[in-house]
Amino acid sequence: MRSLYISIFSEFYKSRKTLAFWAAILLPVVICSLVTFGFYSNSDKILKMGYPGLMLWARYSGATLNVMGMLIMPFYVIFMAFSVNNIEHKNDTWKTLFAQPLNKFSIYAAKYLYAVLLIFICLALFAALTFGLGYLLQALVPKYTFNQYNPSTVLINSYTKLFLSSLGILSLQFILSLIWADFLKPMGVGFIGTIMGIVTASLNWKYAYLIPYSLPALALQITKVKPGGDPLAFEIFTKEIYTSLIYALVLFIIGYFIVSKKSIK
Amino acid sequence: MSNFAIETVGLTYNFGNQTVVKDLSLQVPNGSIYGFLGPNGAGKTTTIKILLNLLQSPADQVFIFGKEINRNRIATLKRVGALVEQPAIYGHLSGKENLINRCILLGIKKSKADDMLALVGLTEAANKKSSKYSLGMKQRLGIALALVSDPELLLLDEPTNGLDPNGIIEVRNLMIDLATKHNKTILVSSHLLAEIERTATHVGIINKGSLLFQGTINELHLLSKPMLEIEVDQIESAAKLLSASGFEVLESTLKKIIVPFASPKNSGEINTLLVQNGFTVSSLYQQRKDLENLFLDITKNN
Repeated sequence: MRSLYISIFSEFYKSRKTLAFWAAILLPVVICSLVTFGFYSNSDKILKMGYPGLMLWARYSGATLNVMGMLIMPFYVIFMAFSVNNIEHKNDTWKTLFAQPLNKFSIYAAKYLYAVLLIFICLALFAALTFGLGYLLQALVPKYTFNQYNPSTVLINSYTKLFLSSLGILSLQFILSLIWADFLKPMGVGFIGTIMGIVTASLNWKYAYLIPYSLPALALQITKVKPGGDPLAFEIFTKEIYTSLIYALVLFIIGYFIVSKKSIK
Repeated sequence: MSNFAIETVGLTYNFGNQTVVKDLSLQVPNGSIYGFLGPNGAGKTTTIKILLNLLQSPADQVFIFGKEINRNRIATLKRVGALVEQPAIYGHLSGKENLINRCILLGIKKSKADDMLALVGLTEAANKKSSKYSLGMKQRLGIALALVSDPELLLLDEPTNGLDPNGIIEVRNLMIDLATKHNKTILVSSHLLAEIERTATHVGIINKGSLLFQGTINELHLLSKPMLEIEVDQIESAAKLLSASGFEVLESTLKKIIVPFASPKNSGEINTLLVQNGFTVSSLYQQRKDLENLFLDITKNN
């Protein structure tokens, strides 16, 4: 356990000055700020629609969630998987890392968990910023109806789903980035995968849930508030989430075998 | 407790169907500076990677401080510091941050980082991005990284690669210092004998994966004892005569007989003996192989 903890801490120490780390913070700040700015500057148009609190929150949070779920999330995950491995590829430090008196599994798991942690931080910030900036909008534009509804449960549920549904992609891309030292190969596979995911998810293909890349989009489709339905009634642990978690677990284990057999040349 | 810091027993290692290390039996005594010599591609780096368990050795072939490496990986690595090939440095971090990161991984005090920087003379460049370091500075940072855990055994793979003459001397003195004052065992690989000759107490020479010579530096010097080469007719009977008269014949080839050189007087006696017995001595000269040639010879013949 100690060796896992110090490995994770070292991952943080190494990456704290890199884009990979700051992306986890900048991405939500930038996207949420943009959406909030849009809602602020177009407040007269939006006010004309006369949304009740719940719908206003749905539009507002949906603006970020949909962009995230469809496009940015898969790419962000692909980028995270790439960057935690690339830091060793680029500096040729795998051999030193594995020559340290630390459990090999800890070194590998720490890298994986660190990527998971960054994604978690990123999505948690998204949820928190959506929540906070919504109330800021309310303060700036008093006619908004954000204060009529408390969106915390919906936000937490939606981002939890997005988080869990992205773990399958993470494990898959993690292995690709572990094997290939260059940027283009894992990125290329990820890009094709993501396009495929978007297409199959939006066509509602019966087996789309078997493709890890379509899971975030699928997970969010179900989150969409059905007219008249209770927005809080959606389940977190749906088929997509289970698929994602199974992919994540199986590929995580396979990744470890690749690492432990990896000849460090 | 074994007297060897490193002992390999008939170590064999293959990459696919290519044998990179063949029946290697290294014996590196505690407290020694062991020069691990061989031309490029001889298997030195592979051996060092095996000693670090980066490449998995077959069971019961590699022992570090008397313990089998695969079964005691973590305990063994705690006592070992290493610099393999180019130093592994995170370019986006400063020299000091690189050392602090290592301190984090090893669970030791971060103040050690400053001590190490001072030791290798990088204090002034401590906060500079290490990707901006010169090759020599990187190499020194690599050595500092290997030393930070205060290991009993140091594995240095061509540590003077890319260093200027001053840097080479510094590293050399550092190694001697570590071995004599701090009682560390050092295995240092090189393809240059001259470099090893000045620091090492023991030498192993490897070529194409096989160990060709292993012993103290003095034993290596003995191999290059001065020889007397005698060109004479009727080589066989001349050799017999010399043996019968109590001279040690080391080698007799088609053209010459080689005996150990003892003194000019002794050479004269041999000449007289041969001439008096009716042999025609066409030449008689002293030959000394320097270590460099010896090394080339040892590695070439195999």
